[in-house]
Amino acid sequence: MERPTSISRRRILAAGTAGIVGAALPIAGQNPDQAARPKVPADPTKVQGPLATEVGARSPFERPKRVSLGEGRTSSLTPLQDLDGIITPADLHFERHHGGVPAIDPKTHTLLIHGMVDRPLVFTIDDLRRFPGKSIIRSMECSGNGGRVYRREGNQTDLTPQQIDGLTSTSEWTGVPLATLLREAGASPKATWFLAEGSDAAVMTRSIPIAKAWDDALIAYGQNGEPLRPEQGYPVRLFLPGVEGNASVKWLRRIELADQPFMTREETSKYTDPLPDGTARIFSLDMDAKSLITEPSFPDRLTGPGWWEIRGIAWSGRGKITRVDISTDNGKTWTQAKLDDPVLPKCHTRFRLPWEWKGGEAVIASRATDETGYVQPTYEVLLAARGPSTAYHFNNIRAWKVNADGSVKFNGGL
Amino acid sequence: MDSQGHRRLRYILLVLGAIALAYSVSVIAQSPSSRPLGIGRVATTEEIAKIDIDVRPDGAGLPEGKGTFADGAKVYAAKCQSCHGANGQGGSAARLVDRESGKNWDFATNAKLVKTVGNYWPYATTLFDYTNRAMPFMQPGTLTADETYSLTAYILALNKIIPEDAVMDRTTLPKVVMPSRDRFVIDNRKGGKVVK
Repeated sequence: MERPTSISRRRILAAGTAGIVGAALPIAGQNPDQAARPKVPADPTKVQGPLATEVGARSPFERPKRVSLGEGRTSSLTPLQDLDGIITPADLHFERHHGGVPAIDPKTHTLLIHGMVDRPLVFTIDDLRRFPGKSIIRSMECSGNGGRVYRREGNQTDLTPQQIDGLTSTSEWTGVPLATLLREAGASPKATWFLAEGSDAAVMTRSIPIAKAWDDALIAYGQNGEPLRPEQGYPVRLFLPGVEGNASVKWLRRIELADQPFMTREETSKYTDPLPDGTARIFSLDMDAKSLITEPSFPDRLTGPGWWEIRGIAWSGRGKITRVDISTDNGKTWTQAKLDDPVLPKCHTRFRLPWEWKGGEAVIASRATDETGYVQPTYEVLLAARGPSTAYHFNNIRAWKVNADGSVKFNGGL
Repeated sequence: MDSQGHRRLRYILLVLGAIALAYSVSVIAQSPSSRPLGIGRVATTEEIAKIDIDVRPDGAGLPEGKGTFADGAKVYAAKCQSCHGANGQGGSAARLVDRESGKNWDFATNAKLVKTVGNYWPYATTLFDYTNRAMPFMQPGTLTADETYSLTAYILALNKIIPEDAVMDRTTLPKVVMPSRDRFVIDNRKGGKVVK
């Protein structure tokens, strides 16, 4: 399989014994930078290599990048087609900012917990790290993920997994359960909501049902073994597993307990879901089950008929993925895919299915089922429930068309 | 807000509270009741007040001060119009004024509609809260309470939600009933077989 817009292992393997010193011819869609092959010795066994370094770097042949769509650069998308397994490298985790990325000194930053508590408390980052901690591997997805293809903007077919659904990523998050801090502050049993507030220029705020705090909300300071990246909320953020990403407020400075929601701008005028009956869902926090084939996908080109592995990710904000089914005949028949370990709740789950491509046209699609029995819907079913210009939560089935020449194009859904 | 409006707001908040509570009861019951670990320090009243800037629909958190449409027009021209356009009609930043389009609330089926304060925002207090915390975009958090009340009055009056001579303050603002307040419904998705 060839991947014109990224330099993949497969292409390097395809170069085989010929070595990789020669410059590849530019392919449509490549920029000159990508076409220029890094220079390496013809035979690495005949020369000493460079020695140990303080901070490693990717192979010069691997250049995965986030991309921003639109002019504002208020978000960037994870290159899902360049990733294996389920963990997203921290520097490729998707971004969504409401007031840019603040620069914060961890020695002076504090987190205040107040409102309906016995003891309003202030914690430094060192304080937070003293509490009994916890690490969890969980995904985060932006509620707007997939909106571009749901609204069928231009019926584009030259779209990568990144461009379609790149606002989802997975990390190992480390921190202190919010429940621990609520007990420390003596949360009132009458508190039903909490406000989370960030220290960015938007002073981003969301109200969350306090049940989430007692369940699995995390005050996170670590991501994939290192401190949070600045764009992920350094030095501390809220992390709400399974919940739309914007509610996991970054650069967290304040939590206030209350007996009602605060009705902030984001949770009223923005992150609400208009419905065809003239209402809009408010606090529609949970992300429903979804899946996406990441290989083969645009702009791959299958080099010939034979065995290929269909690969992708599936996830649900409501629990574990229980099965993923794959169709290679435009939804007529379905075959259950194999799920890689680990299958974790509220987390990307890697699926695989060997597929013998006979060489003709084929429409391939994936369909996720989660432990609540929810099955990823078709576009028509979601459209009927939500309307064509609803604002968020776009988890309908995605499809790719493999053409007779091996090229792969985005084919909307089923 | 009239007394019926107050009852409606109370009802909505009660329902939201009941849902949050029902969701939580079983989990709370499992929480271990351990003594505090003694980590962190008690916050002073002063340091809480310094960053406790949120404003709720019931008016809790609104500061002293007041403002009117006329004052707001001046502040708007100086600090907001370059992005939000004349009369709140939009520019490089969001359109703020338009009560007419979308009055049938066909946002889910009409892709041309633009959500504004007038046709979509459910609570007037949100306008004060957000303007105070995050505006103007390039000088966030620099408006005085009077300026924020004035801008709130200006945008609400342009949307024909309050009269131009209305004075907005901590008493009057929470009583403003927004046209779309009763359009918002609790999320009824719960997983399972049915796609909602």
